Amino acid sequence: MSTEADISPVVEKLREFAPDALEEAQTFRGELTLWIKLESLRRVAEFMRDEKGLSFKFLSDLTALDHYPNEPRFETVYHLYSIDQNQRLRLKVRLPGDDPRVNSMVPVWPAANAYEREVFDLFGIHFEGHPFMVRILLPEDWEGYPLRKDYPTEGYR
Amino acid sequence: MPVTLERVAGQEERVVLSMGPQHPSTHGVLRLVLELDGETVVRAIYDIGYLHTGFEKSFERLTYSQDITLTDRMDYLAPLSNNLGFCLAVEKLLDLEIPPKAQFVRVILTELTRIQSHLVWLGTHAIDIGAMSVFLYCFREREDILRIFEMVGGQRMMTSYIRIGGLALEPPLGWLERVEKFLKKFPGRVEEYEGLLTKNPIWMRRTQGVGFISAEDAVAYGVSGPSLRGSGVKWDVRKAQPYSSYDKFNFEVPTRSEGDVYARYLIRIAEMRESVKVIRQAIDGLPEGAVKANAPHIVMPERDSMKTSIEALIYHFKIVTEGFHPPIGEVYQSIESPRGELGFYMVSDGSPRPFRCHVRAPSFANLQALPKMIEGRLIADVVACIGSIDVVLGEIDR
Repeated sequence: MSTEADISPVVEKLREFAPDALEEAQTFRGELTLWIKLESLRRVAEFMRDEKGLSFKFLSDLTALDHYPNEPRFETVYHLYSIDQNQRLRLKVRLPGDDPRVNSMVPVWPAANAYEREVFDLFGIHFEGHPFMVRILLPEDWEGYPLRKDYPTEGYR
Repeated sequence: MPVTLERVAGQEERVVLSMGPQHPSTHGVLRLVLELDGETVVRAIYDIGYLHTGFEKSFERLTYSQDITLTDRMDYLAPLSNNLGFCLAVEKLLDLEIPPKAQFVRVILTELTRIQSHLVWLGTHAIDIGAMSVFLYCFREREDILRIFEMVGGQRMMTSYIRIGGLALEPPLGWLERVEKFLKKFPGRVEEYEGLLTKNPIWMRRTQGVGFISAEDAVAYGVSGPSLRGSGVKWDVRKAQPYSSYDKFNFEVPTRSEGDVYARYLIRIAEMRESVKVIRQAIDGLPEGAVKANAPHIVMPERDSMKTSIEALIYHFKIVTEGFHPPIGEVYQSIESPRGELGFYMVSDGSPRPFRCHVRAPSFANLQALPKMIEGRLIADVVACIGSIDVVLGEIDR
């Protein structure tokens, strides 16, 4: 069955470039979301940035979601924007709950630096290849990752 | 142990200086670690988090309507922009139509917010560089705007006036006249600020060619707003992806190609003038009608109707005790805040509380460009650069 997301030019281009990188595509309220395979993320990100007619050079936002207690527990979310095409795109990567690791996007978009530190700080997701992977908002000796769903809002007392 | 810079072997004569968090020129509680060779900054890193309050965790605990009060407190210089960004995101999730009058009043309010925020920026930025008197002029006009906010929201800063589905209340009688009075006066006041600074030789020498960032670097580091446009990239969310009927207004997006502190200064001055134009058009074309969407299960009923209608009373009870249930899904909505692209990423699992609400704070991204701007420059230029990217620590640390 062909959906709205399937006929989007971004999806077509991505299918042409890397046929097995795409796990799923969805459109909600006119926003396109692509789930990318963990190991293809770096390749897809570079393709999205450099491909003519896409040029998603601006990383608007990078964050994560915690689906506790479901597996795969985590998702990292990348909001890309193309100033030339005036277009937005959301990439997502699913990560396991046990030792979540994903490639750092700092070499692709330097803007990812602080965002990845924030996600590391609050979710405990490790970004491999990040130049300075330390906590950014919380004190360095803080225990736990507050934005995880199993972390109480009041904190541990 | 707070963040610090490791000494480089063979460069022991260099000084590692910790600047802030209690420093008058860091606009709050920003801490910089600078490695100095004489007076030249060799390396710089920043340390943030001193104002971290866990807003994003609190968002998940409160209902959508309650969350609005938290958004005020993030970017405390532009509370109404934050209200608008949050409400637009929830409205997108709900697929809710907002009445035209509410949209226009929202535009008036957010443009006043832009002027107000730029005034605080201008005053403090000028003080940082040594021009004391500009501050007093700026705060004189800011006071007028805060009184305008007080009239609609009952508070000067934490207004929470923009609500999901429209506005909290109809603006009071005499409010538009008050705004008009301000509009008549304000362009002359901008002349005054410019008279003090724009051609001032000291100001020009302290800002021209300082804190340069190229267009490519600015885009790569995620810089947005006046700081991006100062490097020659003409991108404004209001024009590129219009929200709240911004497509109905005629205004320019000031852009300059120099990429230095002076360019960013000129852009913000020009933006204040453009905001006046937008508000003028919004007042002249203000449509008649309601200021709340027709969605009784989401928008709070009028007080009067609660006394006569049982449905209104039930809806009120439901909204206050339980909240409303948006469809399952996720949206990203961004607006042009005074500092740049303010985005709200909202994920709903169908419950009355957001599953996740992440804020793309413009200052958080803009700050990443700071080390690039100051490395290789004199330490005296550091404060000029911090001022020129207009950081608000409340939204950086969240």
